[in-house]
Amino acid sequence: MRLAGFFALAAGVIALPVLFPNNYFVIVVGIAAGLHVILAVGLNLLMGYAGQISLGHAAFFGIGAYASAILTTRYAWPALLALAAGLVVAGVIAWLLARPILRLRGHYLAMATLGFGVIAHVIMVQATHWTGGPDGLTGIPPLNFLGWSVNNDLHGYGVVAAAMLLAIWLSLNIVDSRVGRALRALRGSEFAAQMLGIDTSRAKTQVFVASALFAAFAGSLFAHQQGFVSPDSFNLTVSVELVTMVVLGGLASTYGAACGAIALTLLHQGLVVFEDYEMLIHGALLMAVMIFLPQGLFVGLSQAARWAWRTARGMTP
Amino acid sequence: MKDNQWKIILAAALLMIASLAGAVEPIKVGSFLSVTGPASFLGDPELRTLQMAVDGINAKGGIKGRPLELIHYDTGGNAREALNFVKRLIQNDKVDIIVGGTTSGDSLAVIPEVEKAGIPFISLAGAVDIVEPVKKWVFKVAHTDRMAAAKIFEDLRKRGLTKVALITGDGGFDKSGREQLLKLAPTSGITFVADESYGNKDTDMTPQLTKIRSSDAQAIINFGFGQAPAIVTKNIKQLGINLPLYQSHGVASKTFIDLAGAAAEGVRLPAAALVVAEQLPDSDPQKPVLLAYRNQYEAKYGPVSTFGGHAYDGLMIAVAAMERADGADKAKVRDEIEKTRGFIGTAGVFNMSPTDHMGLNLDAFKMVEIHHGVWKIVE
Repeated sequence: MRLAGFFALAAGVIALPVLFPNNYFVIVVGIAAGLHVILAVGLNLLMGYAGQISLGHAAFFGIGAYASAILTTRYAWPALLALAAGLVVAGVIAWLLARPILRLRGHYLAMATLGFGVIAHVIMVQATHWTGGPDGLTGIPPLNFLGWSVNNDLHGYGVVAAAMLLAIWLSLNIVDSRVGRALRALRGSEFAAQMLGIDTSRAKTQVFVASALFAAFAGSLFAHQQGFVSPDSFNLTVSVELVTMVVLGGLASTYGAACGAIALTLLHQGLVVFEDYEMLIHGALLMAVMIFLPQGLFVGLSQAARWAWRTARGMTP
Repeated sequence: MKDNQWKIILAAALLMIASLAGAVEPIKVGSFLSVTGPASFLGDPELRTLQMAVDGINAKGGIKGRPLELIHYDTGGNAREALNFVKRLIQNDKVDIIVGGTTSGDSLAVIPEVEKAGIPFISLAGAVDIVEPVKKWVFKVAHTDRMAAAKIFEDLRKRGLTKVALITGDGGFDKSGREQLLKLAPTSGITFVADESYGNKDTDMTPQLTKIRSSDAQAIINFGFGQAPAIVTKNIKQLGINLPLYQSHGVASKTFIDLAGAAAEGVRLPAAALVVAEQLPDSDPQKPVLLAYRNQYEAKYGPVSTFGGHAYDGLMIAVAAMERADGADKAKVRDEIEKTRGFIGTAGVFNMSPTDHMGLNLDAFKMVEIHHGVWKIVE
């Protein structure tokens, strides 16, 4: 029962490409949305549950992507091994960063993570020898599972969808575990959490590392899916977009984060037709959601659905 | 009664669909440009040019009676967006040809997808890597950074200058240009005595230039676009450095002269003939093409830039190829683009071949000098 929503989502994800085969908006946009969901769900663990902000999350996304890109193109590593290496690198960096950075709170934490994101971006641009500089690296081979190569968009959709479901399932389980409860206590009041016997700095480090791993995982998939990486996929704007997804969807809800990620991805694709007015409409919609659905899109929409359900039931005799 | 009304509406709708299907199907030209973002000063004139040229062609009856339809997306200079939009153009909009790719990053990112789908793609960006090694479906119409480097070195040799200081930004254009300059220098008899870099958003480059001042450089080369080169130009004058300054073709627009003001006096750069069209001799075959494009563009939108010219060249090469191929069959059009010979565009005269998917030579660049706020051809 606890996972009813999860199974409904899984069914939807599988049904979409069956109902609309070879549809750009399902397959290609679906891949982008799926990667965003992994990133947002991971960031939500840190922001929504533990109450810590990160304005540099695109850096971990980039670390995963560049690890895969560099290891597969320059050293001819198998893709899965490169993915694992990306996870290790991102995890170690996050662990090293977590202790000093997570001592900070509020604006100071925001500043520190922002600085980290900017530094990572500068390295991607300047370390031309490794990263290929501003134009990035091309020729990244597709993912390969024991000879089955993910070389078209439909296969890519399958892999990203599976990864996304895995990420959501992991997140749901983390949240419902002892660690998850500790995190929620931490968000409520760090002091009170300590009084309850929670090792808060350990809990914060764990969630920061977990969040970074989600992002690096998405990064590796992204690199193999696109076949190229360049620094502008991992700049400050992307970090801010990720925060927007989490807040828009609804903090402290895994489905909320997923909902925000999907909504923002679709919004961008849909608004392209307005050309010059795209940004204006984009901004206005975000403002409207925050004003009228302050708890986020997911809570707002499910409340609306419940209300509609009740009125519909009330009308029929 | 109500039922009848619905039937009539349905019948009318069906009739409309039928008549639409019976009409001539347009040839779809797809484009992805960086109309907003840091490269907007490139992408914006490109989009306007494409719209203007497509309207012009349709007013004349299209290609073999089929009108052109332009479908374009704005990448904001983000390569990830570029790839997704190219997929959208190919899979969703089912375009017949793609003319676009404002920046080298955008163009390079979409090449694997274009090759896989087998659709002719004419890039408007500069990097040599786009067409070297030659890719079956990929062509380009903008001058390369290597040509700019060669043109600058040619002029340096004429003036007998061999020791040069280099200062570049951190953008893709800057870095790629720097690479080509360093690669070409040994064979051109040029030695770099300084190699400084700055961030493209920096507002002051005097520290780097002070270092250059203390070197024994005989000339300075600054490769970049946007505001930074204008700041470098101003800083050089402020520091009283009295060395010849060379800029790249990235600043060949009126905006640069406006930004750098009096400091721009005497700056030399390789540029497409478009900026000096009226100074060309009447015997030059490019002159009428250039003047026609410029007058048409300026009547509609204001000062012309060489970047819009690339979009014009790209579209016109595509149109000529489709005329020869007698339609929009992708494989035939690709073959015809490759056979483009003696095509007079705004960037120069194009002679493509199976081994050269750009087809411009060094003559396509003119060395120009800024003199009292206007471009002058250096003889």
